[in-house]
Amino acid sequence: MTTGTKAGLLFIGTVMTIILMAASVVYGYTDTTWKGVYDSFTSFNGSNEHIVVQTVRIPRALIAACIGMSLAMAGVIMQTLMKNPLASPDILGINAGAGFFVVMGLVMFGVGSNQSITWLAFIGAALAQFLVFVLGSAGREGLTPMKMTLAGAAIAAMFSSITQGFLVFNEAMLDQALFWLAGSVQGRNLDLLLSVLPYLAAGVLGAMLLAGKLNVLAMGEDVARGLGLHTGFTKIAASLLVVLLAGGAVAVAGPIGFVGIIIPHIARSWIGIDHRWLLPFSGLLGAILLLASDIASRYIIMPQEVPVGVMTAAIGVPFFIHIARKGGMSR
Amino acid sequence: MKAIRPLRGAVSLLIEQKTVYKMTALFAGLVAVLIASAALGDIKFSPIAAFQTILGFGDPFQHMVVYSFRMPRILVALCAGAALAAAGAILQGLVRNPLASPDLIGMTAGGSAAVTAFLAIFSDKNNALTVSIAWLPLAAFIGAAVTAFLVYLLAWKNGMSPIRLILIGIGLTAAMKAVTTMMMIIGPIYQASKANMWMTGSVNGSSWGEVMIMAPWAVIGLISVLIASRHLNMQQFGDELAIGAGAHVERQRFFFLALATALVGGAVAFAGGIGFVGLMAPHIARRLVGSHAGPLITAAALIGAILVMLADLAGRTLFLPLEVPAGVFTAAIGAPYFIYLLFRTKG
Repeated sequence: MTTGTKAGLLFIGTVMTIILMAASVVYGYTDTTWKGVYDSFTSFNGSNEHIVVQTVRIPRALIAACIGMSLAMAGVIMQTLMKNPLASPDILGINAGAGFFVVMGLVMFGVGSNQSITWLAFIGAALAQFLVFVLGSAGREGLTPMKMTLAGAAIAAMFSSITQGFLVFNEAMLDQALFWLAGSVQGRNLDLLLSVLPYLAAGVLGAMLLAGKLNVLAMGEDVARGLGLHTGFTKIAASLLVVLLAGGAVAVAGPIGFVGIIIPHIARSWIGIDHRWLLPFSGLLGAILLLASDIASRYIIMPQEVPVGVMTAAIGVPFFIHIARKGGMSR
Repeated sequence: MKAIRPLRGAVSLLIEQKTVYKMTALFAGLVAVLIASAALGDIKFSPIAAFQTILGFGDPFQHMVVYSFRMPRILVALCAGAALAAAGAILQGLVRNPLASPDLIGMTAGGSAAVTAFLAIFSDKNNALTVSIAWLPLAAFIGAAVTAFLVYLLAWKNGMSPIRLILIGIGLTAAMKAVTTMMMIIGPIYQASKANMWMTGSVNGSSWGEVMIMAPWAVIGLISVLIASRHLNMQQFGDELAIGAGAHVERQRFFFLALATALVGGAVAFAGGIGFVGLMAPHIARRLVGSHAGPLITAAALIGAILVMLADLAGRTLFLPLEVPAGVFTAAIGAPYFIYLLFRTKG
C-alpha cells in the first residue's frame, strides 16, 4: 500500500468524522434542520431548536468524537503492548478501575468537581493498568495472552462488583452514579470534556510520538532490544498513554466497551500495521463508530435512548467472539 | 483405606472414612455459620440464645427477629451457595477444566438478563407483577440455559478448548449485561436500583415465599446430582475412556448440563449473580476430599453455602447500618483466587 493510499484513507476518515459530527448535531428526537443548525451559529435567536443544538447536540457530538478516538487509540497501544489481539481498556479492566475510583469518590467523599473526577479516573486507570502490567510480566514469562485476557476479565469483574457495592452507601448519589456508569455520551457536561481535553490531547500527541517505537516493540521483545530500543522505557511510556487516553475517556463518558477492541482490528486490516498510520486512522474510526452508534441509539426505542455502551456491545460482542474463535493462540 | 458401606444390594454406597469425618466437620461449620448468622446483625444475641430461638425456645422478640427477618435470607444464601457450588463442580467435571464456573461461562449473566426481562415484560403500570413470581426461576433457568447453549456452540471448533470456552463466556457475559441494561431502561423505573443489587448478587429482602420456591428447587437439584454422580465420575475420565466403559457420554453430558443450568437458574432467580462461588467452592472441596464426584459435590455444596452465608453476614454486619451485597465480598475474594488459578494451570 502506497503512502498516497494511506493518506487517502486518513482523508476519507476525517471527512466521514466531520459528516457524522454534523449529522449527530442535526438528527434526534427534537426536530432540527441543517439550516437551523447553521442559523444557530450565525444568528442565535434563543429558540428551542437553537438552544438544543448549542447546549445538547454540539457537546454530545464533540464528546462522542473525542471519546471514540481516545478509546480506539488506547486499544491499539494496549494490543501492541500486550501482544494480545483481545487486549483493550474495557476487557482488561482499565475502564472498570477508573469507574470504581470515580464512583468511590462520588459516593464516599461526595466529590463532584470536574477536576477531581478526572484525577480519580486517572488514578483508577493507572492502578488497573499497573495490575495488568504486573500480571503480564510476573512469573518466568508472565501469563499467555489468552490467560491475560481472563485475568483482566476477573479484575474487571472484581472492580465492577465493588463499584456496585459502593453504590449502597449513598442513596442520593445512586442516580448520578448509575447514570454515569451506564456509559453514555448523552447529557454529559461540556466543561468536563474541556477539563479532560488537555490530557486526551497529550495522550494523542504522545501516542504519535511513540508510534515509531511501538513499531519496533511489535516485532517482539528480543528483536526490539537487539535494535537498541529501551523496551522498559517504551512499555512504561505506552502504559502511561493508555492511562491518559482510557482514564480521560472514562472520566467524561463512563465505561464504554468494545470500541477499543474492534477498531484496532478493522484499522489494521485496512491500513496495515505501521503505527504511524495505524494510530491516527484508528482514532478516526473510533470517532466514527461512536458517533454512528450514538446517532443510531436515538432511534431504536424512540423517544427513549439506548445507552451507547449497549450499542457498542451489540456490535462488539460478535466481533469479540469472532476473534476469540479465530485466535491462532488458542491456548 | 478404611471404608464404610451403609447399604448393600441393588444400591450400594462406598464411602471413605476420612471423607466422613471431613464432611461432618464441614456440616458442623455450616451449622455454626448458620447460628452465627442468626445471632449477629443490627440486634445481637448470644449464640446460645440464637440456637434456642432456632429450635423454637426463644422469647417472642428474638423469635420474630430470627424467623421474620434473618432466617429467610440465611436460607436463600444457603441454597444459592450450595446450588452455585454444585453447578460449578459439575461444570468443572464436564469440561475437565478447573477454570469453568457458572459465572465465567456467562450462565449467571444470562440468568440475570432473563430475570430483568421477566420483570420488565410482566409488570403492569402499577409495578405489580401480572404473573406469579413462582415462574421467576423458570425464566432464570431459560436465560442461563440459552446462554450456556450459545457458549458451548460458539466455543466448539473441532473440539473444545477450555480457554476458548471461557473467552466466549466473557463475550456473551458482556452481551447479556447489555441486555440487562436495556431491560432496566425499558422496564419500570423502580427496578433500576433493585436490578443493580441483583447483578451484584444479594439476598437482602428475601421472604419465606421465596424460600418455599427456592429450597425445593435446590434440594431436588442437589439430590438428582448426587444420585447421578457416579456417571459424572465417568465423564471426568474423558470421552474415550467413558465410551469404552459403556457410558452414554453425550446423553449424560446433556443431562448434567441441564442439571447445572437448573441449579444456577434457581440461585440467580432469588439471589442474583453472586460471583466466583461456583469457581472457589469446588476447588476448595477438591483439595479436601479429592475428585470423586459424590463427595466432591457434597463438600462443594457445603462450602458454597458457607461462603455465601459468610459473605452475607459480613455484608450486613461490617458496615452497619449499611448493607453491602454479598456478591461484593465473593468477588473481592474470588477474583484474586481466579488469577492465582490462572498462574497455576498449565497450558
